[in-house]
Amino acid sequence: MLNQPMVVGVIDMDEQRSHIISALVLHRPGVLQRVAGLFTRRGFNIETITVGTSEQDDMARMTIIARGDGKVLEQITKQLNKLIDVIKVRDLEPENTVERELCLIKVHAPAEHVRSEVIQYANIFRGRIIDVGIETLTIEITGTPDKIEALIDLLRVFGIKEIARTGPTAISRGTKII
Amino acid sequence: MKGGEAIIKSLQDHGVDVVFGYPGGVLLPLYDVIYDSDLKHILVRHEQCAAHAADGYARASGKVGVCIGTSGPGATNLVTGIATAYMDSSPIIAIAGQVGTSLIGKDAFQEVDTLGITMPITKHNFQAMKADEIPGMIKAGFYIAKTGRPGPIVLDLPKDVQEEEFDYKKDLKIDLPGYKPTKKGHTLQIKKAANLILESKKPVILAGGGVIHSKSSAELLKLSELIRAPVTTTLMGKGSFPEDHKLSLGMLGMHGRKVANIVVDECDCLIAIGCRFSDRTTGNVEEFASKAKIIHIDVDPAEIGKNIDVNVPIVGDAKNTLTSLIRNITNIKISAENVTKAKKWTDYIFDFKNNCMPRLSFEDVPLKPQQVIKEIMESVDKDTIVTTDVGQNQMWMAHYFTSKIPRTFLSSGGLGTMGFGFPAAMGAKVALPESDVVSVCGDGGFLMVCQELATIKEYDIPIVVCVLDNRYLGMVAQWQKLFYDGRISHTRLGDVPDFVKLAEAFGVKGEKVERPGEMKETLKNALNSGEPTIIDVIIDPDEILPMVPPGCGLTEIVGEYKVEREFSGEIPYVKPAHGGGGD
Repeated sequence: MLNQPMVVGVIDMDEQRSHIISALVLHRPGVLQRVAGLFTRRGFNIETITVGTSEQDDMARMTIIARGDGKVLEQITKQLNKLIDVIKVRDLEPENTVERELCLIKVHAPAEHVRSEVIQYANIFRGRIIDVGIETLTIEITGTPDKIEALIDLLRVFGIKEIARTGPTAISRGTKII
Repeated sequence: MKGGEAIIKSLQDHGVDVVFGYPGGVLLPLYDVIYDSDLKHILVRHEQCAAHAADGYARASGKVGVCIGTSGPGATNLVTGIATAYMDSSPIIAIAGQVGTSLIGKDAFQEVDTLGITMPITKHNFQAMKADEIPGMIKAGFYIAKTGRPGPIVLDLPKDVQEEEFDYKKDLKIDLPGYKPTKKGHTLQIKKAANLILESKKPVILAGGGVIHSKSSAELLKLSELIRAPVTTTLMGKGSFPEDHKLSLGMLGMHGRKVANIVVDECDCLIAIGCRFSDRTTGNVEEFASKAKIIHIDVDPAEIGKNIDVNVPIVGDAKNTLTSLIRNITNIKISAENVTKAKKWTDYIFDFKNNCMPRLSFEDVPLKPQQVIKEIMESVDKDTIVTTDVGQNQMWMAHYFTSKIPRTFLSSGGLGTMGFGFPAAMGAKVALPESDVVSVCGDGGFLMVCQELATIKEYDIPIVVCVLDNRYLGMVAQWQKLFYDGRISHTRLGDVPDFVKLAEAFGVKGEKVERPGEMKETLKNALNSGEPTIIDVIIDPDEILPMVPPGCGLTEIVGEYKVEREFSGEIPYVKPAHGGGGD
């Protein structure tokens, strides 16, 4: 490890990591296809994409998680910016960004003791039980993708019937807006 | 007003005087409007050629070209032409008919997802679901097509929308919050570039199609002479700099001039203007201009750093940026030392260039393409528009033909579309009827679009098509000879057709050229006759153009580079006309 150069305070362009891209787009038919198509055509990888309305009536905000090094990300943002229906694009800095994901997990829980255990785990993770069936419990959990992963891992032993995740959405901290 | 009327009115309001099209079921309402309109409509014989003709029209004139095709197969036939325009940043508007709005998504007769299909090959596309959207879409379409980095626009037009009545409003405002092309280069970056250029000992300029789009040939010439930097061009940049100028190196790249490839490898500062560093231009990117600091000027920010890492990126329109760069350089005091080192560099270039001018004169029969091109050059004016097809004919023309002014060398660069040359020439002639238009094609590419002989006959579009006839898909065969042990797999085209008879079947004059000297005479006569003419030029199928194999550095040229033996040692220096030479 002694010979490894330390990177302090500079962006390492070669580092492969997941980036959170926030894009403000016109709320129009076809805009999701334009964005998704661009990723496919240019060989960029989308891990997740979420779309919803924004603070402006005719605009939507997309949060895209994409993996790549600095160069790839630069190309992604530039190519996105070229789309006429895309208003603004930003690669959010992880340390100045709040990121949340919603996940619904349907767990196999037919027996009483299993149910109470599942409910306890849900509580620890600040999840809620939103549906109770004869053999299943459905948990709603919100948080960072890591936290959700951790709960899913714990619940696996009981048998997970179904998972539905929104993919993360994100916003920058403080007064900064895009 | 009806939707269909609004289309024609909007087109005419934007200065469109001619459209290339092919009608169909869903276009009946639009064509019914065209019936009464004074808009000139040229009925092509295949939609692909409508798009190529509109593209040729745009490239030759700098105006937006318009083409029309029906829904389904009409739209898919337009696709190749639209993609061609997209890759070469050519501003065209393609209007595609669509099934009625109530039928969309029902797999109706001749329905296709035109919007989805053309998304990756257009700068932007629109679908009008109501007639009152049409004028705004056309206005926005023209604006987007011709500003910033130009490109094609598709307008998808359902049948019922063409018939729908609405109130046409004048003085329409359009709002495109997501489209703000950068014009002016960053001042500090330009200053940095100026300093870098003056510190360099061996500067070279690489000019691309952006120089032509931004009408900055005069600025390019000025910069080149100011800093005494030789100029090489990409295929799309051909014509942006006078190739008979002492500082011209000709085209760079896989099939580029030897002098250009070697000088770019040697240079210590490369000033790239309006180009996108295509793989055909750079060869192996690791070895490309490896000793040079690179300045890249481009209006499209996404081109910067896409293929090549650059030292000084400048996002901006070439004309604006070059003007400012020239001003910056002029403001810096040039030392005697600068002058000496510039002279040393250009002396070396002139000497080197003189020693590797490609040989053009051959007495052989069958004809060598070099000799044919030499005779073509002897028969045309400097403002004659030449179009090429794709393949050997294109690279021979790019390599040997001397282009002097912008918009006179039209070729499908990025997409490499066989069948482009002939219909593009048709479009160019329609745009500029006063200019001579000569298309140099191969026999393969010409045959792909030969049905347009009917169009040039019917509309009397007097272009001359020189078919370089070697009965091979020459470029692919060349690669088979060089890299696949000469295994000529399916690139021999056989003995049919007889191109003279083919032309005659359409009532077009057909000529045959087989010996040195005949080309010049035949072409001159054809151009003087004012009639459309096809010249079947029988050439040597074994002639190959030296090339850089894919994945190699630009200096690794294979094949014998034949140089002009009886070179006089003095290239005629053409005094540049300052201020002129723009568009």
